[in-house]
Amino acid sequence: MAARGCGAVWRRARQRGAGGPGPGPAPAPSPRGQRAVACNARGGAVPAGKSGLAPWIPVVGLEIHAQISSNSKLFSGAQVQFAAPPNSLVSFFDASLPGTLPVLNRRCVEAAVMTGLALNCSINKKSLFDRKHYFYADLPAGYQITQQRVPIAVNGSLSYSLCVDNKMSQMVTRTVRIKQIQLEQDSGKSLHDDTRSQTLVDLNRAGVGLMEVVMEPDMCCGEEAAAAVRELQLILQTLGSSQAVMAEGQLRVDANVSVHRPGEPYGVRTEVKNINSMRFLAKAVDYEIQRQIEELENGGTILNETRAFDSKLGCTVPMRDKEGKQDYRFMPEPNLPPLILYDEKSLPANMNHQQVINIDWIHKRLPDLPSVKREKLVEQYGILPEHSFTLLNEDGLAEFFETVVKQTQMKPKKVIGWILNDLLSYLKQHSLTVKESPVSSFLLADLLNLLEKKEISSTAAKQVLAELWKGEGKTPLEIVKEQKLELLQDQKELEQICQAVIDGQENE
Amino acid sequence: AMLRASLRQVSAALKEGRVTPTELCQRCLALIKSTKFLNAYITVAEETALKQAKESEERYKRGQPLGILDGIPVAVKDNFNTAGIETTCASNMLKGYISPYNATVVQKLLDQGAVLLGKTNLDEFAMGSGSTDGVFGPVRNPWSYSKQYKEKSVPKSHSEDEDFNWVITGGSSGGSAAAVSSFTCFAALGSDTGGSTRNPAAHCGVVGLKPTYGLISRHGLIPLVNSMDVPGILTRCVDDAAVLLGSLAGHDPKDSTTIQDDFKPFELPNLTDLSKLSIGIPKEYHAPGLSSEILALWSKAADLFKNAGAKVVEVSLPHTRYSIVCYHVLCTAEVASNMARFDGLEYGHRSDKKESTESMYAATRREGFNDVVRGRILSGNYFLLKQNYEKYFVKALKVRRLIANDFVKVFRSGVDILLTPTTLSDAAPYMEFIQEDNRTRSAQDDILTQAANMAGLPAINVPTALSERGLPVGLQFIGRSFQEKQLLTVAKWFEKQVQFPMIQLEEVKRHDSCVLQHQKSASFS
Repeated sequence: MAARGCGAVWRRARQRGAGGPGPGPAPAPSPRGQRAVACNARGGAVPAGKSGLAPWIPVVGLEIHAQISSNSKLFSGAQVQFAAPPNSLVSFFDASLPGTLPVLNRRCVEAAVMTGLALNCSINKKSLFDRKHYFYADLPAGYQITQQRVPIAVNGSLSYSLCVDNKMSQMVTRTVRIKQIQLEQDSGKSLHDDTRSQTLVDLNRAGVGLMEVVMEPDMCCGEEAAAAVRELQLILQTLGSSQAVMAEGQLRVDANVSVHRPGEPYGVRTEVKNINSMRFLAKAVDYEIQRQIEELENGGTILNETRAFDSKLGCTVPMRDKEGKQDYRFMPEPNLPPLILYDEKSLPANMNHQQVINIDWIHKRLPDLPSVKREKLVEQYGILPEHSFTLLNEDGLAEFFETVVKQTQMKPKKVIGWILNDLLSYLKQHSLTVKESPVSSFLLADLLNLLEKKEISSTAAKQVLAELWKGEGKTPLEIVKEQKLELLQDQKELEQICQAVIDGQENE
Repeated sequence: AMLRASLRQVSAALKEGRVTPTELCQRCLALIKSTKFLNAYITVAEETALKQAKESEERYKRGQPLGILDGIPVAVKDNFNTAGIETTCASNMLKGYISPYNATVVQKLLDQGAVLLGKTNLDEFAMGSGSTDGVFGPVRNPWSYSKQYKEKSVPKSHSEDEDFNWVITGGSSGGSAAAVSSFTCFAALGSDTGGSTRNPAAHCGVVGLKPTYGLISRHGLIPLVNSMDVPGILTRCVDDAAVLLGSLAGHDPKDSTTIQDDFKPFELPNLTDLSKLSIGIPKEYHAPGLSSEILALWSKAADLFKNAGAKVVEVSLPHTRYSIVCYHVLCTAEVASNMARFDGLEYGHRSDKKESTESMYAATRREGFNDVVRGRILSGNYFLLKQNYEKYFVKALKVRRLIANDFVKVFRSGVDILLTPTTLSDAAPYMEFIQEDNRTRSAQDDILTQAANMAGLPAINVPTALSERGLPVGLQFIGRSFQEKQLLTVAKWFEKQVQFPMIQLEEVKRHDSCVLQHQKSASFS
């Protein structure tokens, strides 16, 4: 059966939680069908609860903010750059000076269209901008410009894979529906100095373009959520629409979590924020699911609240409400006309191409998405599917692999072993990226060629590689010569050596 | 006498060397000083104006003036950003605020060599119809001190009390209208959201043009209602308005709501054949409260067109009567949103209250805004609440569409231009005007002008005659979208027919002292 990935998690979580689990009853079919059951179908250790009722079905939806990779902000000409001196990248508009107006950045729109297409969305040919009002120190205008009513892209899907029980050999593929992608402004950053009880505001980030990707609640555990986000991240990076580095806040994930019994409506959900790594995403979601189950089993209720993930404590804690119940008083943004996009059919003949965005044009130029790249790798090189995942998971590794394959006579199936077992593990050990590797693809190819031509043994090849890591600029051949690691193929030479050894013996 | 000339006349004089830009600037500055009691200007930028005049003078000496506006003294309403010169919106919130950039329209004026004399008075954040509700006190209508008014108005009391007879300018661009009317500048910028340029133009006897929405950039205009605001043009005659329009109109990459096409400046022809012209008289503009003399003037004007061979037809704009209430919802909602940025953090007034960020916000906004602004913020936020949005805001948008469609239908039926009154009556004495609250007054005073903003149409006030009290009365022409040339051509013909009299200003220095007193009391109220 597919996907038992979550089961293990539940068991562990359960053991840490209150009460001994004991073998639960077999899971009843749920309205969410196989998947929900599957998710809870691990070895009877599902959190069935003391009550002995059917197990809980966790429901996880995600709201992901991806910072658009662009030179300038969504509505102003100010530069976008990470870790610049505070308030050095702020236009008059970003600081909300009176009388300034938003001017939509074409690049941001294109990035959103690309992302929408890559996520199988339908692109709205007409989308609208709205103002969302709330008072906060890092929101200078008192409102955020977003797309509440008609977003740029809707109704998409994302397929992602995850491995079962952490075994690379057992991969399953899932699909999550994408509700919408909307363009919106990022806020600035507030830094609270509690000792001096003041708040410092940095507006460098204020107005940077974001794509908010809303995923429907089609996931049921942290691992699924993390896998979906990881796939999204790869897609964004492949498209170049976002650098999507979580540590730099370019990809921010909020998780909506609830649990319910099979056949019952969804439970009250909480929103978990402050998740800043993929690992914490899985942890936070699983913690929250577990917390809700325990709360409910102890007779408590779940509050519709926002909770923050505390990565040090490994748990979620309620966030203090800023303004009580928020009414964002949405209103159409009057300074931006509707965003009109065209396709080949609707494109007016005499339109200046600089001024219009053609969806079909963008579609034709989409790069291969990770899933396609993986398939191609498997097909072209005959490597295992799970190896294709590993190749794509490391930035630049697939390219490295392909270059090596091109330069050697060695079979790709053999090359992959060197890439994954030797190169990758070395890089991981030394915390290096593929680009930082001291051994270039050319050097590795040279080395593998020596091996393939049987000029050296595979033991010798490892020795050479160990030498190559030092990065002293020697070629594999030079190292082989220096250390005399060649395999001897000349019959005469071999005889001579043998003779020499024998002679030596005799002399003694 | 030079100061009374039209912009085109004085431009010719500059070109011929009959007057230098510096002389012209100095004379205007002197007149601004001697008419200070009008309170038309909030800031007089004497130093920079003289510097600009000097630069202009050098261009003329080299024989390379930048065009018709080079060396022409102009004034700008104090809700347009001007780099280096205070921009206050007549509000405590922005007192002392110096913008780091020029509004596009200001930049365009400067780029064409105009001399910026200063910033003119208004209702706080342009919310009002009297130019009486700003933190710097009310603007006085120059006609209050004209021979024409004094002869005809029956003094209610003796001359020492004449200070109580002065009339308002209308608003909210009252400072700009008064500045043009009192000859302290040759043209001024106003803004027009519901009539704020045409209304004071009518009361001050000057031409007031509200161009089509999107024709002139709003970048740098501190907004009232973004979807209706248009920079307005106040001049002494229709030809001058066309000159200003030509120098300001066109696409601005900084304002996404401006038209993409280039705008070609035009000169106005003299209309001789009116036989192909169709003038519409909207019956709904017989509004309650329309004074009988304006009604008479209106039909006289219609006759004028008819007699000249134009077709004059009664038309109906049935939804115009919902305009005021619809405007109230849309305006306050946008005001609530636009004013949210004034929190004391980035710029403007900041309260000393420091208990918490929230208390600082609250105190800042309480201290910074007057009652009118706060009232509109409050009602606007109410209309935008989730439970009210559909009921009020969405409904108002629909009504707005109906109002705009009325115009479309009328113009589609073959009508070229609509002729209506601009105001219900001539200017009210200040003492009378302030008996009513701002909301009531705005609702009454905008009634004839507002629909054009709802529909985004170009409209112009042409001074037409003097009332029985010796005060100016104007009529309004409303044209098709982006058909400013046709609108102004007809307005110019009409202007020529009616021969509106020139204001005869009396020696006014003696008013100085009492006005200064008044200003003080106003700014502390």
